[in-house]
Amino acid sequence: MSPRLEAAPPVGRHALSRRAIFKGSALLGGGLVLGALMPRVTKTWAQAAGTPPPIEPPSAFLRIDEDGLVTMIIPSTEMGQGIYTAEAALLAEELDVGLERVSLVAAPPDEKLYANALIGMQMTGGSTSIRAWFLPLRRTGAAARQMLIEAAAGSWGVPPGECITSNGSVSHAASGRMAGYGELAAAAMALPVPSAITLKATDQFRLIGKSLKRLDTPDKVRGKTVYGIDVRLPGMKIGTVASCPVFGGKLKSVDEAAALAVPGVSHVLKLDDAVAVVGDHMWAAIQGMQAAAPVWDGGAFKDMSMEVLVGSMAKAAQSDGLVAHDQNDAPGAYGKAATKLEATYQLPFLSHAPMEPINCTVQVKDGVCDVWVGTQVPTRARMLAAKGAGLAEDKVTIHNYLIGGGFGRRLEAEYVGQTAAFARQVDFPIKLVWSREQDIQHDTYRPYYYDQLRAGLDGQGRIVSWQHKVTGASVYNSYMGGWPADKVDPDAVEGAVETPYAFPAQRVDYVRWDPAPMPISWWRGVGPAHNVFVVESFMDELAHAAKQDPVAFRLPLLEKDPRAKAVLQLLADKSGWSSAAPAGVGRGLSLQLAFGSYVGLVIEASVGEGGLIRVHKATMAIDCGFVVNPDTVRAQMEGGLIFGLTAAMYGQITIEGGRVQQNNFNDYRMMRIDEAPVIDIHVVASEAEPGGIGETGTTAAFPALANAVFAATGKRLRKLPLSPVDLGAA
Amino acid sequence: MTALKINGEVQQVDAPDDMPLLWVLRDVLGMTGSKFGCGIAQCGACTVHLDGQAIRSCVTPLAMAAEGEITTIEKIGDTPVGQRVQAAWLDLEVVQCGYCQSGQIMSAVALLAANPNPSDADIDAGMAGNICRCGTYPRIRAAIKKAATL
Repeated sequence: MSPRLEAAPPVGRHALSRRAIFKGSALLGGGLVLGALMPRVTKTWAQAAGTPPPIEPPSAFLRIDEDGLVTMIIPSTEMGQGIYTAEAALLAEELDVGLERVSLVAAPPDEKLYANALIGMQMTGGSTSIRAWFLPLRRTGAAARQMLIEAAAGSWGVPPGECITSNGSVSHAASGRMAGYGELAAAAMALPVPSAITLKATDQFRLIGKSLKRLDTPDKVRGKTVYGIDVRLPGMKIGTVASCPVFGGKLKSVDEAAALAVPGVSHVLKLDDAVAVVGDHMWAAIQGMQAAAPVWDGGAFKDMSMEVLVGSMAKAAQSDGLVAHDQNDAPGAYGKAATKLEATYQLPFLSHAPMEPINCTVQVKDGVCDVWVGTQVPTRARMLAAKGAGLAEDKVTIHNYLIGGGFGRRLEAEYVGQTAAFARQVDFPIKLVWSREQDIQHDTYRPYYYDQLRAGLDGQGRIVSWQHKVTGASVYNSYMGGWPADKVDPDAVEGAVETPYAFPAQRVDYVRWDPAPMPISWWRGVGPAHNVFVVESFMDELAHAAKQDPVAFRLPLLEKDPRAKAVLQLLADKSGWSSAAPAGVGRGLSLQLAFGSYVGLVIEASVGEGGLIRVHKATMAIDCGFVVNPDTVRAQMEGGLIFGLTAAMYGQITIEGGRVQQNNFNDYRMMRIDEAPVIDIHVVASEAEPGGIGETGTTAAFPALANAVFAATGKRLRKLPLSPVDLGAA
Repeated sequence: MTALKINGEVQQVDAPDDMPLLWVLRDVLGMTGSKFGCGIAQCGACTVHLDGQAIRSCVTPLAMAAEGEITTIEKIGDTPVGQRVQAAWLDLEVVQCGYCQSGQIMSAVALLAANPNPSDADIDAGMAGNICRCGTYPRIRAAIKKAATL
């Protein structure tokens, strides 16, 4: 067999011919290949729209075949958030083609061409895809359209200005001529990329701003979508992995003979800290791993417990730390305040638990390495695969697939490096699939946070001082390495420094505390999923201390931010905030500015016997600026909210004996359909710069639910998850 | 060899009797539409039908599966109820990442086949065994109701 098989299957309405499939770093065949028109510096929406775009060297976002089929190379990874459809719409809008003649393929690893301008890396995360690609993709489509017009006008000998485009063709009314893009593509490709590009005005949009049908869903409802875990290759064997359950520990021994005695098992592969049992199918691998019964040397972390971890954090929290934000002497103002409040909030370690368990398929043969995987970070995956395989990066090909749930987990690629390190020990392709237990016990966790809040009110109940000290790990350091100890981690204080509110005096401090060797990383909602819970819970505490309604208490602090104020007022109106809640039901509120979007959420919840929380209804108001696909915005709000409610009610990873205590969905619980609330979403029509959406619902969920629980029970829970034990004792 | 009646055809499978049907489907027969999610019947991603009943293929041994007729996501669209459910799923854009949706659809079809007009409580009872991490539950509920009317 050839070691280089096809790339990830394309997505789209049109059945894509094999010749059009994108391979490696070059497109096959002729046709129009257009460069990325990336603004070098991210500017505001209005500034960027008026700036002539610098031209990067030609690369591939678009290809138009001779038959008029348009292949789009999509820079962001599709993991359910609808980005394939949205980014295709941006290109197709300006190119003037319909989506029914479009096929989509995943961009290969290439920082130069596909780096997300807001992140500075080829990465899909942080709710940045639309924000980063809104203009570059439109410019690319518009430039291609202008080149196609030039090509047509040149061949017809007519002025380009007299030509128009419509759904994949150029026409000239006076002469009655018309040509499809496919016929013009070769001539258009020979033309220089125009330096002056005219974008459509928003009122000319046919696709952007409409609730388009998603391009990836028809295959998904028929079980036809191939995720990384579904990859099948000639000669491939299937295995499963066990890593040392104690973080930082090593493999001591493994019973290879017993494993190999299991029918179907062919290989037992070892690394310093992990074993893979490989065979004909997953059942052989699972049974083989049981028989292998690996023995581990736990190492230094083996006696670690939550008690020790949290005790150590509480102690660290007593130190001064780093100043993240210091405005108008908040400590001084606190000293003079009429009413003083202090509170400590704690947030747990969290696992991502995407429905598609971690998996990776690798072949290392003849000095090259092929990787079949769903990843949010193709270049990082390539770098780690190269390291694991012991090859140079240019010997590694990444075949990226649609992802069965990311939520930040696939921003890490340590499992790609691990699979490559196993795969280099054999000469056939191996697909390693983690058990759910391995997935939960060897995740890269959302860190534990220990936050201390302190605020002062004046005689009228107005905030005069706001102080917030965050103690927790630096995800920047763990992700990139070498984050300076004297520099604040921006993620740790995101949502703490920039709140929607104008505080008269505000101070934010950061104490770095690292749980290494326990691995930590990004989790849906990133910094704000931690800080918005703390800020909005404490705001609720202050409102009650001031004997004010939580909406009325916040409004005066929003005078300088009309969008925030409008969202809060819309939310109050739509949620029936001023009316009485049903008996036994509490209403809780949260307001946030995060990822460039404003979100307000009201949760209605009750607490039953044994402290069991029931979420009845969620009302959301959102201003995320200009909306590309309204239905996708709603879907992300719904899904993000349920993701956040799940963690607020059930989510916690705990450590005992240096290892994770949770195993599977039986003890790392998920919200199910019978617990899901009715969700009512109100989106503000806006022409403002597009904001992020994927993480905002998650971020909003935690404080709104905690505040609703307080409203229902009078019990203030400052520790997540919201525990029935604490509530039952109320 | 075990004779497995699957999607209207008989397939001869060379696998041990105790091997869960999920791995037979995915790794032996190459039918990857049914998904692995938990391995312990907690998430429903592996749901298929055995004689029309929704079962978790990750804990159903091959020998048991061979006693009846198996239907999977790959062919559920050939049934009238399956077709309606898939149409409703697309009409309401239920799907996000899609990984759990094969199982969701198989559970929904089994529910509607047994109960053509399910109430909210019926839907909750019939679908609570299927986890969706993307949080598509409100749309699943709406799509099942819609499918009931198609």
